[in-house]
Amino acid sequence: MTDAPVIAPSPALPRAAVNPGAGLWSSSAAVAGRMVRKFARTPQLIVFTTIQSALFLLMFRFAFGGAISTGGSMSYVDFLVPGFIATTCLWTGMGAATGVADDVEHGFVDRLRSLPIPRAAVLIGRSLADTALMVWALVTAAILGFAVGFRVAGSVAGALAALGLCVVFGFAFEWVFIVIGLVSGTAQAAQSISLVVTPLVFLSSAYVPVGSMPAGVRQFGEIQPLTPMVNAVRGLATGPGGEALLGHSTGYYVGVSLAWAAGIFVVFGLLAAARFARR
Amino acid sequence: MTPILQARGLTKSYGKTRALAGLDLVVQPGRVVALLGPNGAGKTTFVRAVATLLRPDAGTLYVDGIDALRRPARVRQVIGLAGQFAAVEEAMTGRENLEMVGRLFGLGRKEARAAAVRVLGQMQLTADADRLVRTYSGGMRRRIDLGVSLVGTPRLLLLDEPTTGLDPGSRSQLWDTIRSLVRTGTDVLLTTQYLDEADRLASDIVIIDHGQVIAAGTPAELKTRAGDDMIEVHVRDPGHLPAVRDVLAEIGHDPRADAAQRRACVAVDDGSSRLMDVLRVLDGLGIAVEDISLRRPTLDEVFLALTGQPAVQPAGAPSGTHTKEASS
Repeated sequence: MTDAPVIAPSPALPRAAVNPGAGLWSSSAAVAGRMVRKFARTPQLIVFTTIQSALFLLMFRFAFGGAISTGGSMSYVDFLVPGFIATTCLWTGMGAATGVADDVEHGFVDRLRSLPIPRAAVLIGRSLADTALMVWALVTAAILGFAVGFRVAGSVAGALAALGLCVVFGFAFEWVFIVIGLVSGTAQAAQSISLVVTPLVFLSSAYVPVGSMPAGVRQFGEIQPLTPMVNAVRGLATGPGGEALLGHSTGYYVGVSLAWAAGIFVVFGLLAAARFARR
Repeated sequence: MTPILQARGLTKSYGKTRALAGLDLVVQPGRVVALLGPNGAGKTTFVRAVATLLRPDAGTLYVDGIDALRRPARVRQVIGLAGQFAAVEEAMTGRENLEMVGRLFGLGRKEARAAAVRVLGQMQLTADADRLVRTYSGGMRRRIDLGVSLVGTPRLLLLDEPTTGLDPGSRSQLWDTIRSLVRTGTDVLLTTQYLDEADRLASDIVIIDHGQVIAAGTPAELKTRAGDDMIEVHVRDPGHLPAVRDVLAEIGHDPRADAAQRRACVAVDDGSSRLMDVLRVLDGLGIAVEDISLRRPTLDEVFLALTGQPAVQPAGAPSGTHTKEASS
């Protein structure tokens, strides 16, 4: 502490340096590092969502499941678990919206924006860390799935590809939640706005076959992005048995869902960047 | 010498609200400058413009000679910002927060570590360096937040209401720290709603209202500029206050009475001779006087004279913090 009683300022005032600032990669890594520490040291963030999704799974598996027909020979647990895993990335992503809104609300984003770093790094770092968290959530969801009786009917490679596809979807939806977080103003508002994904989840083929829904709802279920995503994951994880339930080949759904993911990423990535750059 | 800050005709509107309405300000290096003004005067908007967080609609703005409108990225290399909230990661230790921002400023791993050690010492947080920030007290959070903005040894440090919500002890500790920065080559621009803070911390005060600078100078200059001396009468019997007020109204202008404090005061042109007049008249009326004084106006009275509205209560007053946060 330079608290000695100095009366006159020293004649040789040190001139503060010009800070070059970190590059895109190292600043993204620093921002991501912060998020990873936050997740690791705030276990309630992860434990709570894990418990929530476990309860969800148990409810569908054991309470509602018996009344749901898969429309084929497949057991409901084999139908449900791929859908459950695919939607995990949406439930986890909601946390990103509240996290981003909280950072905006409490000046953290302003601080980062006042630093000599590429502004994109703030968003890139965030999305990388959140995607890492999503991988964790997906693995947990898969373990839960096996615990309630799910078995991979297709190839192991297919199952891994299914998980990889979920990570891609999660990364794409992450940008939707970042935009929600940036525009909502408060963490609470972000949480409420994030609930718009609920109809996407329930009006998809995640928990029940879309074919069982009344016309209108069914059409929405068929055209919205989550259904091809869930179908692709289900086809990959359950092999020919699951593919037989689908209207098209697994490859078709993989293609359609990847196109959706790319579109969502581009549109919402640009929205986030535009919102972030505005000043 | 290049001014650390040079603003000409800055304007910024949000819909119909004009947050900045042609703000002009030049600040020389080596100063602690306080922007003082009522809520919504444009203080925060101005600081955000300097921090390159928002772009003014019109006007020019130079920070340490750098054009903030054309080259905002270069301005970010020489500033530090601490906003109204402690914007630090609660799940990280004080040291980790400092090192992270050091890295973002472009320091190498080793340099960032050294900078963190330096700032921890400066902020008197060395003993608590390795505790998570979520275990810090309010005053410590403010200090680590201030510290984070100092990791890059900025030429200009921007502080938006740095002591809002702090207890008096923590406030004066933070003031000492801020004052000591100027000696290390960092100039300070801060906003405050508290007159005592501006008076005790700043070398210069800039009063802002309706998006414009309405007065600027050292605290002493501002008090002189507001002009007139004040005669203040402290009566023994509050029942006499109205009569005293009438007497004062005859002698000076803008008389005010405060029943709770049993005081009345008035601004006068020619202090010492008027003081005698007041004493004579009050004596003639048989009004007992506890105390009578001739003094310079307080910054409070300056503020009232210049903006037409009283300043807010000092920090620590129960009403202060919450209303502030809700309205910002």
